[in-house]
Amino acid sequence: MFEKILIANRGEIACRVIRTARAMGIETVAVYSEADETALHVEMADEAVAIGPPPAAESYLGGERIIKAAADTGAQAIHPGYGFLSENPVFAEAVERAGLTFIGPGAKAIAAMGDKIESKKIAQGAGVSTIPGFLGTVPTADEAVEIARGIGYPVMIKAAAGGGGKGMRIAHGGDEVRSGFERAVSEAKSSFGDGRVFIEKFIERPRHIEIQVLADSRGNVIHLGERECSIQRRHQKVIEEAPSPFLDSATRTAMCEQAVALARAVGYRSAGTVEFIVDSGHNFFFLEMNARLQVEHAVTEMITGLDLVEQMIRIAAGEPLSLKQEDVRFNGWAIESRLYAEDPARGFLPSAGRLVRYREPPRDDHVRVDSGVTEGDEIGLFYDPLMAKLITHGETRGEAIRRHGAALDSYYIRGFRHNANFLAQVMANERFRAGEIDTDFIATEWPDGAAPTAPGEDARPHFVAVAGLIHSRQGRHGRTQARGGGASGQGGAGPGSSKEGGAAQGEFEWVAMIGGEQVPFTAVDNDGGFDVVQGGATVAVRGAWTPGGHLFEGTINGEPKIMQVDRLAEGYRLTMGGHQADVVVRHPRAAELAKLMPDKPEPDSSRFLQSPMPGLVLAINVCEGESVEAGHTLAVVDAMKMENVLAAERKARIAKILVAPGDSLTVDQVIMEFE
Amino acid sequence: MQDIIRQLEEKREAARAGGGEKRIKAQHKKGKLTARERLEVLLDPGSFEEFDMFVEHRNTDFGMDKKKVPGDGVVTGYGAINGRIVFVFSQDFTVFGGSLSETHAEKICKIMDQAMKVGAPVIGLNDSGGARIQEGIASLAGYADVFQRTILASGVVPQLSVIMGPCAGGAVYAPAMTDFIFMVKDTSYMFVTGPDVVKTVTHEVVTLEELGGAVTHTTRSSVADLAFDNDVDTLIQTRRLFDFLPLSNREAPPVRPTEDPFDRKEPSLDKLVPRDTAKPYDIKELIEKVADEGDFFEIQPEFAKNIIIGFGRMEGHPVGFVANQPLVLAGCLDIDSSRKAARFVRFCDCFGIPIVTFVDVPGFLPGTAQEYGGIIKHGAKLLYAYGEATVPKVTVITRKAYGGAYDVMSSKHLRGDINYAWPSAEIAVMGPKGAVEIIFRDELGDEKKIEARTEEYRTRFANPFVAGHRGFVDDVIMPSNTRQRICRSLAMLRHKKLENPWKKHGNIPL
Repeated sequence: MFEKILIANRGEIACRVIRTARAMGIETVAVYSEADETALHVEMADEAVAIGPPPAAESYLGGERIIKAAADTGAQAIHPGYGFLSENPVFAEAVERAGLTFIGPGAKAIAAMGDKIESKKIAQGAGVSTIPGFLGTVPTADEAVEIARGIGYPVMIKAAAGGGGKGMRIAHGGDEVRSGFERAVSEAKSSFGDGRVFIEKFIERPRHIEIQVLADSRGNVIHLGERECSIQRRHQKVIEEAPSPFLDSATRTAMCEQAVALARAVGYRSAGTVEFIVDSGHNFFFLEMNARLQVEHAVTEMITGLDLVEQMIRIAAGEPLSLKQEDVRFNGWAIESRLYAEDPARGFLPSAGRLVRYREPPRDDHVRVDSGVTEGDEIGLFYDPLMAKLITHGETRGEAIRRHGAALDSYYIRGFRHNANFLAQVMANERFRAGEIDTDFIATEWPDGAAPTAPGEDARPHFVAVAGLIHSRQGRHGRTQARGGGASGQGGAGPGSSKEGGAAQGEFEWVAMIGGEQVPFTAVDNDGGFDVVQGGATVAVRGAWTPGGHLFEGTINGEPKIMQVDRLAEGYRLTMGGHQADVVVRHPRAAELAKLMPDKPEPDSSRFLQSPMPGLVLAINVCEGESVEAGHTLAVVDAMKMENVLAAERKARIAKILVAPGDSLTVDQVIMEFE
Repeated sequence: MQDIIRQLEEKREAARAGGGEKRIKAQHKKGKLTARERLEVLLDPGSFEEFDMFVEHRNTDFGMDKKKVPGDGVVTGYGAINGRIVFVFSQDFTVFGGSLSETHAEKICKIMDQAMKVGAPVIGLNDSGGARIQEGIASLAGYADVFQRTILASGVVPQLSVIMGPCAGGAVYAPAMTDFIFMVKDTSYMFVTGPDVVKTVTHEVVTLEELGGAVTHTTRSSVADLAFDNDVDTLIQTRRLFDFLPLSNREAPPVRPTEDPFDRKEPSLDKLVPRDTAKPYDIKELIEKVADEGDFFEIQPEFAKNIIIGFGRMEGHPVGFVANQPLVLAGCLDIDSSRKAARFVRFCDCFGIPIVTFVDVPGFLPGTAQEYGGIIKHGAKLLYAYGEATVPKVTVITRKAYGGAYDVMSSKHLRGDINYAWPSAEIAVMGPKGAVEIIFRDELGDEKKIEARTEEYRTRFANPFVAGHRGFVDDVIMPSNTRQRICRSLAMLRHKKLENPWKKHGNIPL
């Protein structure tokens, strides 16, 4: 076994690999860019080596420097994690040539599977079901249209070297093929340095289900069942689970068998994943094989009890698989969600900033958090916006979902926009709970983006009750500062203090202002909490919260609940289950007078085109004075190497353009003004 | 007897009705509350004790003898905010447009005198068309009486002004001399001369809102400290500010018990200052992570954003925070930020509120605009204020403390009680680049040499140790321990006694 390994990655996956290595008694070496000097993976590793400036191309993609770091520190093997160099056959080969071990598949298998066209051919040869399409590179837009017509619309144009949704375009007709082709080629070039694209039939509303395989260097191949990863946005996975709520055992068996066959056909070694898309008729088609550890491997670990990183390390060290197919046992259900620095309300565009507050949910046997960040980290635009993964387990799918929701309620992240509330909304979504999901799930259920929603009829009394409890504790605080506190104003205390000091009697008449409405309630002090009576119905709220606390943890009507609490200038912002509400609690007279106050609408921002995310201006497609129709492209902004087209929301005339191509943008920065 | 009681009831009824239903409706229609309604929101329920409900004006000119309303356009008395006593006056726009008569002024003076006698703050709710013109000079005298009392009360009891309607002409000067001014957006105005006069005299066309609205005064003129959306919000925030203030200069600031541990560690603060010294960060995060319960009441957030001022508590005791804001103009000192902070420091000193200063200052802003504007004298205000202050002063240098600005920002030399530095602190005459360009002027052509010299200077001076050697900083502390170190320092300083030499008053460079 290795004594020391280097992890050629960052973030949660580097931390996750370090954990297993440590448990196996293997020392670890981290590498880091200048941006990651104080990152968690650097802190966790036994040693750390700086490998260059922040841009990945100058650090985490610098194979030579990484190999040198391994040699210098005496590491015997390199784990590439996912992304970066994990599927780079040149790197894998260079590692081996340097006399080190690459913890992953052989370079040949990586190369074969890394090329979408090549891999499809191999899959066909191994008897794996594949999507109808054109197996070859498409040179020009005209030919693309020709081929597309041959296959039949809709078609998908894909980068041969692609992955993660980059360089992918769907087309329903000739014009879309033409424009999609251009964009796909340009994106493929900028993202992968390889502009080759191919075309295949686009399967509508498919599910994405993948098979985990494990192969040793002696030709033993087993599978560890499937993962369903249908819930995606921008062609990237957000929520994964194992097993799939959809597969019947016949389909499952067929898919697993074909995955194993493909792994054998390419002489695969290490952990790998064969991805399929599955249509509503249980027909499945090979998509690609990922010759690396997947982000979502943890759900497989939760239901099999295996440690895939340990398996990879053992296989790389030359050990044979310690278990046979029949030894693999599946236990219960696991769900993973990815915590991203992104803005669900604006099409899930990446966000960035300082992680001002970051508190993970408590871990136990059923709750796992694979995190790569700590409070105070700067989440930049240099790397993937994935902060952490939350994985929960349950005997049943329902139990796993329930635990997931509870964990998300206590996951406290502040500093920039993130998707925790959105994930909580998915957990509460009826279709999701019924397992009726496909890759269009998010686009269908949240067509206008996913901002936190106001609590509905059921949840609102809970929000009011918690606000009442918080307000009384906060208020008690405020009143205790009066000196003396005598009823008639002895010793400087003001008159009438006994009236606000109703706490003594333990009963408050208050009004909650929530969502533009006033809800009068009575809060009666009871047993470490309050019975809050609103319109005849009583909500019993008990639990802990002290001023300044971020979480209310307690029970509402006997059920355990966690609510996030943010202090506002007046009142509290409460968040639970993807719902969010600003609640102001006032005494009845102040609330009554507040009704006389005029509504003041937010200032109109429609006069501006603002950058929805931090990024770089690639192009400005209009000029000052130009009139445009709704939908007209105004500017193209690059963020995370994705080209984001900003289009006019309505008919408008451009008054002023404030940025130029090449400028970097902060979120909400004004790009242009309309008349 | 019964008759007197009946009359009493009638008079009370008439006083409560103010200017009558029609005018009250008009007031509401403008989005404004009446004088009495405002007091209901400002004060604890049921705590208000009214004075002079039966006062009526004595004017007989222009038929005024036939127009009398009990109370004469202002409601005065005392009450409580979270159980602590406060004197209030609330001008009633529904009665003679809230205009100030001789008797109206007398009522205000009466509560101010009482407040001074018992040592309690005064809050004025201003909503007045100005002088009662029918009374002529008697009205002007009334203003002056209020001014004089405001001046004498300054530094003795806290005085807060809330502008909730028009406040024009001479009337502006009473609030101007109080400690804090809050305004209501869209419904309050302050100016010496209104848009009409402006147009006549200077041909300048300007709206009420642009000339003297809440946004103008909180972002441009800094006359007002905070602006809020409506009457209710403004009054509730006034209560919040009041909770930080002592009743008078004879009393200690109010202590609020807290469960927030004094030694709460904040590991993320160790990562607050970016490695790249040219990169900014938000100093407000430090304040919010250090203060009790994350509660920080910022004053003048929209003006001179390169310095942040406001109130928080440490172990329940109110403190004033002053911090350079690297996010804006690199946190430099200029005319506006010096004035803003100087007045705040002096307020804290008046009322025994300790001052916690966070320093990241690259120096004074250069340029003709600053020099012509008198940065020398304005910068001196902050210097003077810090040097004069005898309250506990705890200072933490987070990054840059360069040049004269280092001296100004509550340095050891200005009787700073405890001065800490973070490991990222650079206390020096100037940044390495500038320093090298002066010291090694003859080597300027040689890039390599200059680079080496810069590095040499950086190693020698760009750290907290040079100041540490001389005792200019008491300790170099880990950012994550900042709260604990400040709490300990303030606890140690709680009974600090320091007096300036006797004088009538100093001569601050106004």
